[in-house]
Amino acid sequence: MAQNTATADNFDTVIRAEYERTDIGDAKLEDVQRKLPLSETLWNSSAFRKTLILLALAIIWQIYGVWLDNPMIFPTLTDTLGALWANIVNGTIPTRLIATLKVLVVGYVIGVILATIFTTIAVSSRIGTDLLSTLTAMFNPLPAIALLPLALLWFGLGTPSLVFVIVNSVLWAVALNMHTGFLTVSDTMRMAGQTFGLRGMRYVVQLLIPAAFPAILAGLKIGWAFAWRTLIAAELVFGVSSGQGGLGWFIFENRNLLDTPAVFAGLLTVMSVGLFVEGVIFRFIENRTVRKWGMQRG
Amino acid sequence: MSYQDPTRLDSGITTGTAQSVAAPNSLLNINGVTLQYKTPEHLVTATYRVTFDIHTGDRFVLLGPSGCGKSTLLKSIAGFMPPVEGDIELKGRKVKRPGPDRAMVFQEFDQLLPWKTVRENVAFPLKVNGVSKDEADQRAMQMIEKVNLTKFLDVYPHMLSGGMKQRVAIARAMAMRPDVLLMDEPYAALDALTRRKMQDELLSLWEDLRFTLVFVTHSIEEAVLIGTRILVLSPHPGQVRAEINTHQFDSRNADSPEFAATCARIRGMLFGDAETAH
Repeated sequence: MAQNTATADNFDTVIRAEYERTDIGDAKLEDVQRKLPLSETLWNSSAFRKTLILLALAIIWQIYGVWLDNPMIFPTLTDTLGALWANIVNGTIPTRLIATLKVLVVGYVIGVILATIFTTIAVSSRIGTDLLSTLTAMFNPLPAIALLPLALLWFGLGTPSLVFVIVNSVLWAVALNMHTGFLTVSDTMRMAGQTFGLRGMRYVVQLLIPAAFPAILAGLKIGWAFAWRTLIAAELVFGVSSGQGGLGWFIFENRNLLDTPAVFAGLLTVMSVGLFVEGVIFRFIENRTVRKWGMQRG
Repeated sequence: MSYQDPTRLDSGITTGTAQSVAAPNSLLNINGVTLQYKTPEHLVTATYRVTFDIHTGDRFVLLGPSGCGKSTLLKSIAGFMPPVEGDIELKGRKVKRPGPDRAMVFQEFDQLLPWKTVRENVAFPLKVNGVSKDEADQRAMQMIEKVNLTKFLDVYPHMLSGGMKQRVAIARAMAMRPDVLLMDEPYAALDALTRRKMQDELLSLWEDLRFTLVFVTHSIEEAVLIGTRILVLSPHPGQVRAEINTHQFDSRNADSPEFAATCARIRGMLFGDAETAH
């Protein structure tokens, strides 16, 4: 039995010769690193792949529009671009866009400042934490637009109502993310900061905020998206403020005129602004901060 | 478990007069310190009436198995945890909270601030403590040079290896010119080759600057190599088992039989204890 099974003592240990090489480093270097072919480099670029997708969507849109041949229901891409161009050239879309962005920036900035104050209170005491988590639990699921009727009652038709609604859409999302970010800062980093003698507001500003920046940035992005959507929706509902509406009102107006290509042009503008803020502004901030610091990949 | 009075087991090199009261070069006094912390279910006693003195220029090692409270003790010296009994005095002043006079190097690599470059990381605590920008930068440069990272001045921490990050942390701590440098198992997360290199570098940095070091480790070899004096702690709760002089050892005689004998003697204390306890 024992002779059939392969146990360690069945084998004779063969002593093999040792060796040591002195000729390493002679490897041909062009083999270590080789350039990828152009097609592969292009395909690896996400911008290239996304452009392809956009092109495909544009072609499908155009074909469907031509086939349907009913510009009042579904205008072609070229009709839409034509309307977009006309409205940009005659200054309608730029003025509407600026009107909308003005309200947005005011609301967004107020919302972010309030969120920072709330979160600072929340991290400095237990009751503050409870206050923030209760308030976010109450208001975060509430679509900010639902507050619009109330806002109209309180502030009347006009910019203050819009700002109130935007502040509500930004504040809770940003505060929630900021607070989560603060909680994820590691003990080691906190202790390191304390041994330097950082305390109070300096501790929050110089340690907690940058350490939590990936989460804060995520909150800012979500807050932005909420604010943008809420604002366009709010403008659709009551539109004109001080005689000059924003983009939402532009869309509503042109629907009433049955100018569907202009409606599409308005929607396209809303999307473009969204893409621009996400893909250019936030991307720029990310590249300058969390990506550069190795706190976020990709 | 039997409780013994702390006994001083001096090696033959120095005569056993180390426990003289308030020696003139005594820097840090730990007097009967009991430390407790709470978990959600338990109140844990980490150390029980631990007493020892650290002198200026000591490389003082806190050694013991896990559960002996050595890291907790170091955090208490740093000011993160007030003792429930006894007190900790630095230069005769009671330690109450963390401060730049007790710089700390942690085991974890995330002690560096990822949004600051190597240079900014080292200069940051100086600026926090009111050192002018020019002087802070200059002191940072000097310390970075001492840990051989001049080439990586403007690199962000995520691009550095583990060993380099620890070197930056040491440079950052030393740039503060602290009264004492506290190190909490700083090399435990490094590979063996890097660890050995870092130990040698720490010793030559000490030769150069002659600072006071408190070093926590669970590696007996590391303790004997790094330390001039070792405090051996027994676990559950941490109590002083022995204090041993090891200033005669460095990397040049780390292969000597005396080095091995000292390690074996400490191993006997730690594991002999464990065998009788269970």
